[in-house]
Amino acid sequence: MLAWTLYVSFAGAAVLACLPRRRAAAARWLALGVALLGAVFALAGVSEHKPGAGLETITRLPWIPFLGADYHLAVDGISVTLILLTAVAAVAGILFSWNIEERVPAFFAFYLALIGGVYGVFLSCDLLLLFVFYEIAIIPKYFLIAIWGSTRKEYGAMKLALYSFGGSALVLVGIIAAFVVAAQQTGVATFSIEALSRVAFPAAFQRWAFPVVFVGFAILAGLWPFHTWAPTGHVAAPTGASMLLAGVVMKLGAYGCLRVAMGLFPAGLEVWRGAFAVLAVVGIVYGALAALVQRDFKFVIGYSSVSHMGFVLLGLMTLNEIGVSGAVLQMFSHGVIAGLLFGVVGRMVYDRTHTRDLSELEGLRLSRALPFAAVTFVIASAASMGLPGFSGFVAELQVLVGSWRAFPAAALVAGVGIVVGVAYLLRALQSAFFTDDPGFAGGAGVAVGSGSRGVLGSVSMPERVGAVLLMAVTLAVGLYPRWLLDWIVPAVHSMLEGLGRGGVS
Amino acid sequence: MNDGVPILTAMTLTPWIGGCLLVGLGARHRSLARGVGLGVSLITLALGFLAWAGFDPGEGGMQWVERHSWIPGLGVEYVVGVDGLGLAMVALTVLLVPMALLVSWTLTERVPLYFGLVLWLEAGLIGTFTALNFFHWFLFWELCLIPAFFLIRLWGGPDRGSAATQFFVYTMAGSVALLLAFLALFLATGTFDFGRLAELGGRGGWAARFEENLDWGGVSGSTLARLVFLGAFLGFAVKVPVMPFHTWLPSAYAEAPTGTTMLLTGAMSKMGVYGILRILIPLFGAEARALLAPLLWLAVAGGVIAAATAFAQRDLKRMFAYSSVNHLAYCLLGIFAAVGAGGEAGRLDPERSMALGGVVVQMFNHGITAAALFAFVAFLEQRSGGRRGIEDFGGLRRRVPVFCGLMGAAVFASLGLPGLSGFVGEFMIFKGSFALEPAAAATAALGLLLTAVFLLTFLHRVFHGPLNPRWAGMADLGGRELLAVVPAMALMLVIGVVPQALLGVLKATVTRWVGDWGP
Repeated sequence: MLAWTLYVSFAGAAVLACLPRRRAAAARWLALGVALLGAVFALAGVSEHKPGAGLETITRLPWIPFLGADYHLAVDGISVTLILLTAVAAVAGILFSWNIEERVPAFFAFYLALIGGVYGVFLSCDLLLLFVFYEIAIIPKYFLIAIWGSTRKEYGAMKLALYSFGGSALVLVGIIAAFVVAAQQTGVATFSIEALSRVAFPAAFQRWAFPVVFVGFAILAGLWPFHTWAPTGHVAAPTGASMLLAGVVMKLGAYGCLRVAMGLFPAGLEVWRGAFAVLAVVGIVYGALAALVQRDFKFVIGYSSVSHMGFVLLGLMTLNEIGVSGAVLQMFSHGVIAGLLFGVVGRMVYDRTHTRDLSELEGLRLSRALPFAAVTFVIASAASMGLPGFSGFVAELQVLVGSWRAFPAAALVAGVGIVVGVAYLLRALQSAFFTDDPGFAGGAGVAVGSGSRGVLGSVSMPERVGAVLLMAVTLAVGLYPRWLLDWIVPAVHSMLEGLGRGGVS
Repeated sequence: MNDGVPILTAMTLTPWIGGCLLVGLGARHRSLARGVGLGVSLITLALGFLAWAGFDPGEGGMQWVERHSWIPGLGVEYVVGVDGLGLAMVALTVLLVPMALLVSWTLTERVPLYFGLVLWLEAGLIGTFTALNFFHWFLFWELCLIPAFFLIRLWGGPDRGSAATQFFVYTMAGSVALLLAFLALFLATGTFDFGRLAELGGRGGWAARFEENLDWGGVSGSTLARLVFLGAFLGFAVKVPVMPFHTWLPSAYAEAPTGTTMLLTGAMSKMGVYGILRILIPLFGAEARALLAPLLWLAVAGGVIAAATAFAQRDLKRMFAYSSVNHLAYCLLGIFAAVGAGGEAGRLDPERSMALGGVVVQMFNHGITAAALFAFVAFLEQRSGGRRGIEDFGGLRRRVPVFCGLMGAAVFASLGLPGLSGFVGEFMIFKGSFALEPAAAATAALGLLLTAVFLLTFLHRVFHGPLNPRWAGMADLGGRELLAVVPAMALMLVIGVVPQALLGVLKATVTRWVGDWGP
């Protein structure tokens, strides 16, 4: 069932690519239908998945026999969580791209190809297959930004593509080396992640292979200091693409770190985890401080993603059950919340006001002109701050518990990052939506406000549906995290056991 | 008994749902919003009466307990319940909200949103005062911040932007310290339940537990326990606030619309003291005792300095804001004095229960009195076009005698005149503390003197002397305004004359504390 998410997305992309350019409305509805169908398959498949069953194979066909590469799709609790995230983000992103007018079928074709690639990465249980899907996801990203982007779109697209390919090159070197070493050691040529993770690679090999593969993937997860593609890429991208970039593409990197780098090279991980934990914490604080000083609204959110992904990487490095589970939950949570934030900033605000400069937005008093956008942003920032009741709180709480155990100093510094996070979100919230104006106390403000409401156009139905969907998800997970944790925790438990380190309380 | 009856959940949900209804209402439905808001707050008040009536005063433990599984993997349950302290705080909250809504009646801007936010704040407060598991307690603790932030940000005075941000960021910084402290406790024990945590670590057990369960690069368990204690203390100290963590308070209180200030000082500041009584002392009695002298003197010095600072203020709201800091410092004095090891075991227990009982009474009374004082300032502002400088008035006694008489009574309750409520709490705290920590109590008494001086100066400047001709046309209190303050005034008198009405529900709880928190 889950494999169909992949097939419908690519099939949808192919159909859309053939659609004539003028069939804009048809393209939109078709894309939405495909995304919804994918979501239905994802939900149906996920509900079949039994928590704690370990990697459960869906399909396994020989692909390149002499390399031992199979077309092998399998899921565990970690991948199903991320597949659900992809389904949600795909639907919401299309709803927030409803106003794209230029070459609509092509836009949605690239969009669905990207989604298909993402599903593919989360489903793959073969290194080569995973890598192929990983590359497939990069190419549509470039075009989405370069063609439909704004503000320095060529630069942003190129930077993102170069960083991504740089990371891929590192990953490729690492996985080929792993393949060769494993083949020499065991005499069996295989790219199967399951088989490779049972191979005990020599410690000296792991010591260099781990950082190569980890950094290769972590570039896409926004690891400081390789994060700079993220803010520029997010800003340049059209809203739907920013939502996917921050929402799911950054998770590809984190997922690769967890599944491949950590899963294959536990001894290398042991050597390097302190260093990467430091980088993760620096990312948390640096991202938050950078967000605090941005003038561009979208850059604020872009840097906030760097900060939040730092929590994911920190959680991974704790290597205890609660910390790693928190990291996976944070991937889900950040995917939803970042999507929501980009939806407000890129679609609801920027597409109407055509400015993202916070000082210019101050004059527009958007809380009156776009009340729905204001309320959504308030909820999204509350979720992003990690206030209890939203998904981000549970995730960050688990990461912090995990790092209290593994790296107490990191927990303290991350705490500072949370406080700075509150400050930048409040600053953005106030400048963009709740600026003082002289007419506020009297009735004058109302008149001007309703005047500009007409000019800006009220928030459309697709935006409302998309925003409500994302808000409902973050709230549901925040109030009842068991919903996801029942999948995540057993999977993380068995994975950590595989690394030779038992679960922790 | 009354366990399992979901009255506390109902009390949290009622204002929450009411708030949702109001926030969804169009801005033009002003009178409807006012009616619904007041109605919902009165229903909650009625539920509060039921909870009070069904409370068994002879039982010192938790009552009205509800317990449901929530997130087992994280040791999270939905547990609510109240003892005497919780009940007093819930009662205070449900009494103050209708009062604050009546004071905000004249507001014209975005009325439904304002009333809705106040109801959400009420839900957050009741949730905080009833939750017994850290996770869901923290949910409500943080939830209070959002409505409070917007109440200040949207309806505040000229400097509301920075006041609201400062308030939010300071409190969040404290909350993060608190959160990190609790995560360390969770790691050492695997539970978030306050009762369980108190059993496991309450009597100095943290050092050993930390050494057993946490390996932090050679830091000893007792140092860790002390650090974790300080983190938790910081969270509460910012909220109370204890000097020197109070810097967010004067501007937040002064800039907030006065109806909101009533709730900030009346109920939200109690969250901090409540946290210290419910969480900090039961869990960290030994650590608090080890740091007793600095904590005690922090409270005392803060109280005296706040009183002196209040004396120097020219803005009435800022004056009463610092006066609040001063009054809450007495609560901390009483708590730390009672926690101290003073004297042989048992002999000073009556003094300790005197001081602790006084603390809760003082929390309740200060809530009512401070809220009433801010209500009077609001009435003054509404008549003077927003002016509230101590020098702006003069001779009002002649023009608005009812206003001056009632506010004067509230001022006397605030400075602790016998026969009014303020006296009961302060008397009990000082009586207990003098026996336990004489030097600290004697120094803190200086604050009482300063309070008397600045409050009398206020009466003198504003009510007496020649009538400032500007205010010759000022109107006296109307029916709605009387309705807002008269019940509070009646309570001040009732508690002043028959303190047993309040002490009755507290006695068993306080006795239990004295038994549990002994050295």
